[in-house]
Amino acid sequence: MSSGHTWLSRGWLAAVFAFLYLPIVALVTYSFNDSPLPTVWGGATLKWFFELAHDREILEGLWLSLRIAFMSATAAVVLGTLAALALVRYKRFLGRTLMVGMVNAPLVMPQVIVGVALLLMLVSIQRWLGFPERGMGTIWVGHLLVGMAYATVVIQARLQGLNPQLEEAAQDLGARPWQVFYLVTLPMISQALLSAWLLTFTLSLDDVVLAAFLSGPGSTTLPLVIFSRAKLGVDPSVNAVATVVIAVVSLAVIGGSYALARAERRRAREVAQAARS
Amino acid sequence: MRWLDRTIIGIPFVWLLLFFMLPFLIVLRISVSDMDMAGQLSGFKLSNYTFLAQDALYVKTYLASLKYAAITTGVCLLLAYPFAYFMARADKSAQPALLLMVMLPFWTSFLLRVYAWKGLLADGGWVAVVLNALKVDQLLMAFGVIPGPGQYLNTAFSLVLGMVYTYLPFMILPLYANLSKQDGRLLEAAHDLGASPWVAFWKVTVPLSRPGILAGAMLVFIPCVGEYVVPELLGGPQTLMIGRVLWDEFFANNDWPMASSVAVVMVLLILVPLALFSKAKANSQEARA
Repeated sequence: MSSGHTWLSRGWLAAVFAFLYLPIVALVTYSFNDSPLPTVWGGATLKWFFELAHDREILEGLWLSLRIAFMSATAAVVLGTLAALALVRYKRFLGRTLMVGMVNAPLVMPQVIVGVALLLMLVSIQRWLGFPERGMGTIWVGHLLVGMAYATVVIQARLQGLNPQLEEAAQDLGARPWQVFYLVTLPMISQALLSAWLLTFTLSLDDVVLAAFLSGPGSTTLPLVIFSRAKLGVDPSVNAVATVVIAVVSLAVIGGSYALARAERRRAREVAQAARS
Repeated sequence: MRWLDRTIIGIPFVWLLLFFMLPFLIVLRISVSDMDMAGQLSGFKLSNYTFLAQDALYVKTYLASLKYAAITTGVCLLLAYPFAYFMARADKSAQPALLLMVMLPFWTSFLLRVYAWKGLLADGGWVAVVLNALKVDQLLMAFGVIPGPGQYLNTAFSLVLGMVYTYLPFMILPLYANLSKQDGRLLEAAHDLGASPWVAFWKVTVPLSRPGILAGAMLVFIPCVGEYVVPELLGGPQTLMIGRVLWDEFFANNDWPMASSVAVVMVLLILVPLALFSKAKANSQEARA
């Protein structure tokens, strides 16, 4: 590789990373800005963080968002695992093509369409049966629908990479189908399950559009609070929220990938030892 | 089929039918219904669709949404292809860290990151200052993208910038997945047969990466057509996007049949790209299996 090529390559990578990270740096910087104006630096302060601690709207929104994200991520991983198993293990069944389409479509379908469709169905059911009311449960259904699609993709990729002989061996040794799943399959896909859970958790925590359609009075999630403030203009309290979110997520992701890498190395060592002995 | 097989397939299948398929059928039904003052739906009429086809503003908005989505997809591809290519050729030991760095912003709130551009592009914001110094505003004004010198916010420019920013990782990831798996020996073979690196790139690397380009383009284009958050925060009142029209029909005008028709036409517009995407995805999954 010529040196000109190397410089171009490094420069391009650096420029795109700068583009991706610039807004994050700006958010964090201005969360310490004493001036409420977004483009004027008025000295450093922590006052926005103290204000945040007393901002009931934001705290209640955060608590609601965390609960919804936890429940939808957990359910999405369960449904996603079933869907991935169905698509990987059963190559032909009635409606398989339809199922592939229905799993993939929510990945790209504009969210306003999914939101309108779910809300209109909800209203139709409500008129017919008298329930459910819009609120936490209905937001959960919406997030579960989109989260399941992402979870399926992640878990499906892992299931396809598995060596089928391991499961066959367990079966030959007399394990029942559910034992094979718990003792052999599940440990092997546990990493994919974890990353699917984290992905669907953050998707749910981040969603504005579905939540706007599916929320009712008294169920305002954190992104809805942020969105309504952001529409009005630049608001330092939003910057402070951003800094907290970014700090928590970065620590979790870096810590998580470090733990994963260590577990991976340990497993590689154990496999190597087992092969030697 | 045993009961276990039936459960594994049945549960996700019924769930998707109930919460993905059924809502669409309901939208389709409501789009051809009458709604009276009390909000009761009845009857059958196609007038919403004829109205959509005849109203110049709706047609213009649909076309503008497709145009912005196409421009966003093009810019994403121009930025992401060299990026993914260089990333796939970087040190093998550095690649996981680079991949993590692409993913990391994706894990932090997209809403907050889009909001940050408001400050960056405002008068006196970091990016606005740099762009002004580079005289980019003169260029953009010459093309009619922004109305005056230094006015970047609430224009087609800030809209496309926000969408490119939001969807760039969706273009990078499938391209990187494809390019990092390409067999390096094919390039050596091309070299041995007398191809220059440039020719080998265009005749070997790019054609082989077509599935990655297609997947990335669809992942960007389809959601962009109906994007709501970015136009609402960065587009200003002037830029027309169909996602916002749908939102307003629903929340401001409370006209459910009209909102449903707008949604149905949007689905029809993205149906072909959607089918392409689903097919490309299924192909790559079968190929891996």
